[in-house]
Amino acid sequence: MTLAPPPIASAGTAAPAAVPPAAARQLRATARIAAVAAPSGASRLPVLDGAGPLALRRLASHDGAARVCVVGAMSAPVGGDRLRIEAAAGPGSDLRVTAAAATLALPGHHPGTARYDVALDVADGARLDWLPEPLITAAGSDLIQTTTVDLAASARLVLREEQVLGRAGEDTGRLTARLTVRRAGRVLLDQETAYGPGVPGWDTAAVLAGHRAVGQLLVVDPAYEEEPVPVRVLAAPDGAGEAVVTPLAGPAALVTAVAPDALAVRRLLDAAAIPTGW
Amino acid sequence: MSRAALLVLADGRFPAGGHAHSGGAEAAVAAGRITDAATLEAFCRGRLHTAGLVAAGLAAAAAGGCDPLALDDAADARTPVPALRTVARKLGRQMMRAARATWPSPELDALAAARPKGAHQPVVLGLAARSAGLAPEDAAYAVVYETVSGPATAVVRLLSLDPFDATAVLARLASDLDGVVAEAVAAAEHVPREGIGALPARSAPLLDITAQQHAAWPVRLFAS
Repeated sequence: MTLAPPPIASAGTAAPAAVPPAAARQLRATARIAAVAAPSGASRLPVLDGAGPLALRRLASHDGAARVCVVGAMSAPVGGDRLRIEAAAGPGSDLRVTAAAATLALPGHHPGTARYDVALDVADGARLDWLPEPLITAAGSDLIQTTTVDLAASARLVLREEQVLGRAGEDTGRLTARLTVRRAGRVLLDQETAYGPGVPGWDTAAVLAGHRAVGQLLVVDPAYEEEPVPVRVLAAPDGAGEAVVTPLAGPAALVTAVAPDALAVRRLLDAAAIPTGW
Repeated sequence: MSRAALLVLADGRFPAGGHAHSGGAEAAVAAGRITDAATLEAFCRGRLHTAGLVAAGLAAAAAGGCDPLALDDAADARTPVPALRTVARKLGRQMMRAARATWPSPELDALAAARPKGAHQPVVLGLAARSAGLAPEDAAYAVVYETVSGPATAVVRLLSLDPFDATAVLARLASDLDGVVAEAVAAAEHVPREGIGALPARSAPLLDITAQQHAAWPVRLFAS
């Protein structure tokens, strides 16, 4: 990764400080995680490389799974940053990834779209849980997020995505997020959400109807080939949000939820309690 | 090619079954989210830039000669709720019947044989446009117009909205329609080089959620 130094303050210097080119002030960081199944059956982490604001912590595990927590050491991504996380679960391995805190997209000192790319790869017989905390888009932020998942035919996946549009009482920044899940070479799910200033129609009755938090929980399991998850409609008891559990056109279940805030979305996703075959 | 063929394809009286569907408007009216012309317009704008953009991209790609079976798979991947997949295939089957009678072609026959239960409607519409000698842009226009005219017509019935007001909503959306068509056609042109992933995938969480809720209603005026 490259972490550029902050612009040099001009105070006390005779000549005006040169303004570094915009690219030099932007953060580029790629963090990498790889899990493999050891002969003992437990999963190991031969690769655990944090980068920039994406610090990685190995967590204790009691059941043979390899556990990693992504620790947000800085406020990122900000305008112009390019962050990337790659995680690979090798054949037969079991990798669980969580995060210590929400990711906050901020405007930064110079204009520009920030990028946050997540690339996940799950091999045959492996399982990956990708359970980060919400992404919060602060007012003035501008972020493109992509999440790309490649699953082998017998791979299993649990993936959660939550987007919170603005901090409390604040307008949202702009967010475009694409989630593409390929399984055995075929696209299982391809979805893009776009919210915020300059996105036509985002704050309407067809899309969010005033809700400010959106969440999805995706479970992919070859066992659903035989027995798809039944459709369920969920409503928050206090009327704060709604959700559905639906089978995709493939062995997967998806929960889609909208709610006024992050807490209500998480409650809906948790309430879905999708049965998994493992 | 004949521009008049586009009028035939986009005519609300084209016998393809679209009149029985509200495009999510019935659920939005019941939830109190569409109450008048202004809220109808907002709903239509949201649907247009999400589901409409996706459908227009698929139709433009089909009209441009992309593999309709690959497009049908792409439509499945962009439609996470079964209620909407079922509706899209049902409408696709009806569109196929009308299209084969109107503009017979070996390509329509091949898709009908490969997807006897119906392919996704925008894919069939795009292929019908191709059979009629129309361009990808024409197919995209037919789709985006249907995306907003369906809910507008339904709301006239559901709310007894003045039909003049509903038509004025459609007129006010004209530049949005142009923009979405341009975006869809540009994306479809990238498919031969970049693959199907170049097509738009914009989603509307509430359209998905409420479509599935609506499908479970015991009594309803519209099929979707």
